Amino acid sequence: MTTALETVAGEITGGLTLTVREARLLCPGIRHIVLADPAGRPLPSFTPGSHITVNWAEGRHNSYSLTGPSIEPDHYAISVRLDENGRGGSRWIHDLQPGQMIRASRPRSAFAPVLTARHHLLIAGGIGVTPILSHVRAALEWGRSFDVIYSFREQCGAHADELAALCGDRMITVSTPGELADRLIPALADQPLGTHVYTCGPAPMIAAVAAWARDCGWPPGRVHSEAFGAGPLADGAPFAAKLGRSGMIVPVPSGTSLLEALLDRGIKVPNLCRQGVCGECRLSVRGGEIEHRDLFLTAEEKAAGESMMPCVSRSAGDRLELDL
Amino acid sequence: MTTTDSRADRIARFPFPFPRDQYRYSTNVEPAGHSTDTVAGSWGDTRIAIDAHYHRERAERERILAEDPSRHQCLPHMVPAAWDAMLTLMRTLADEYPDTMTLARRGVGWYWKNDLLGIEHTFVFGDLDTLPAQPLVYICGQIQEDVVLLDQREGELWGDAGLVTFAADWSFGFDVGMSFLEIHGPVPRIHSENIITRAHNFLMRLEPGQSYRRTNWTLTVDGKLDTSTETYPEWGKDRRTLADGPLDEVGDRLFLRTEVQHLIRLAHSGAVMFLIRTYLLPFRDVASVPEWGERLYRVLEDLPVDMAEYKGISRTREPGMRWLLTHGNVEL
Ligand code: FES
Repeated sequence: MTTALETVAGEITGGLTLTVREARLLCPGIRHIVLADPAGRPLPSFTPGSHITVNWAEGRHNSYSLTGPSIEPDHYAISVRLDENGRGGSRWIHDLQPGQMIRASRPRSAFAPVLTARHHLLIAGGIGVTPILSHVRAALEWGRSFDVIYSFREQCGAHADELAALCGDRMITVSTPGELADRLIPALADQPLGTHVYTCGPAPMIAAVAAWARDCGWPPGRVHSEAFGAGPLADGAPFAAKLGRSGMIVPVPSGTSLLEALLDRGIKVPNLCRQGVCGECRLSVRGGEIEHRDLFLTAEEKAAGESMMPCVSRSAGDRLELDL
Repeated sequence: MTTTDSRADRIARFPFPFPRDQYRYSTNVEPAGHSTDTVAGSWGDTRIAIDAHYHRERAERERILAEDPSRHQCLPHMVPAAWDAMLTLMRTLADEYPDTMTLARRGVGWYWKNDLLGIEHTFVFGDLDTLPAQPLVYICGQIQEDVVLLDQREGELWGDAGLVTFAADWSFGFDVGMSFLEIHGPVPRIHSENIITRAHNFLMRLEPGQSYRRTNWTLTVDGKLDTSTETYPEWGKDRRTLADGPLDEVGDRLFLRTEVQHLIRLAHSGAVMFLIRTYLLPFRDVASVPEWGERLYRVLEDLPVDMAEYKGISRTREPGMRWLLTHGNVEL
């Protein structure tokens, strides 16, 4: 856990160690987990709609939306549906017991409310209710105009009571795609200018809402949906870098950047941002295929394959030869 | 503190902005929160810098703001971001100056204490009735930094709130509501080189809580902090009187002005906060560090005309260079 004193600390890699404070079933198949700092310190603030990435096995991560309060909170809360066909992450969460420690990323936002919106139309499907809940909390705090449509199957309305208590008559619930269409399409056709729609739920529902909105003449920029997985760069596959001038071989494990690997070996490479934007760390490449992940090189330079930014970019194969 | 001490201190803490003899625009960002050594000392160990000029610069800000309240702007949708900025600045102050600043949670409210100003206050986040001023006005009255808040939407950043009293040749009141790309539209040479687009992409990818910093620089006459477009009639002529005046005065009248800008992603509102801290050092003090005098001369000599024009230093750089030639350890 980073301490409360590090709210604006520039630490990129530093995740959080959290302890499970509470775990309970919300409804069949959906478990609610409350996480806290082991020493009881406040946790980093987050934007409504943010998620944390939970590390559940070596190199395995799942992202879950935060449902609780968002300003230096004393806990993070997630609600997780058991996915029998998944890789095991949700099963692992469902087996968590109070007192257990977990590793998680700091909150990241991929689904923030648009602050200039005149009105927010929030559409939740099933467990997709989780980020919608935090949108609703923020909308109430700041007096924003909003409506909610929550679609869930009988007995499976996670957070439905809590949401109803928060929203009052600003929420309607439906239980089939047909009902959703019946309520939503007229609503989409009749919204004040400057309304934004946010959908979180199963992929077919997100696609349907987007299509209905398009048919009603909504510009795509007003239609938002939750996309997990946006966040920092993936760890990448391991590879080896050969230094053309000395012949030295430098292995680059997954999760380590080429720049870090070189610096660790005492090889001096100038660098500044370590984010692929400043241009400081540029290296010449003699051979091998590059997986460019930077924002610095132009498309032509990337296509030429003669230079790379080792702070973020990697080898596309198992070997690269550098002009070093 | 004697005057000599404070002069030595000002030189030792000055963020000298030139790593080499030539200056061009670049996306010169680096992680914040570590100290950078210079030949004369070091700077940058904190994100918010409180120094010997705290009370004087605060008073100057208060005076400017009273004369021209438009220096503070907050479009209605930015109210949450302004609160977020205030709380983040308080948290940062409490973290970096634990001996004089305290932030604590008290039930539904927050307790804030600033011993430097004898302030003790309890407020409820988001409730303006519990604060003596708008959040940005309140907190900017307690720091030396200017603040700009950028909203991120539609794949762009927008300068929608801020409090800027120490602008160098620009006007926040004029720029408010513009996109980041529009604000930087007039900067020469950056388009062909893609610098602003790159900076823009970088800022949009900043993660909650992350902070970076960069420096920028220009020249200012007579050490004025406020050289914004609004007050041009008051300071514009200084450039001429300097250029036409005796060379001897240049060392004390012409200042190297460095802005240290911190870029911080606010965690709650998602806005990007720019902290802009202005440091001014007269040429005489610059030249008292031999490496600096020489380097400043080289940079000014090399600077292309369009960049000098944009920085508003085409009139002053010549006299500045001439003065440095005599006093600044420059070998031709
Ligand atoms: S360190 Fe900035 S691009 Fe690599």
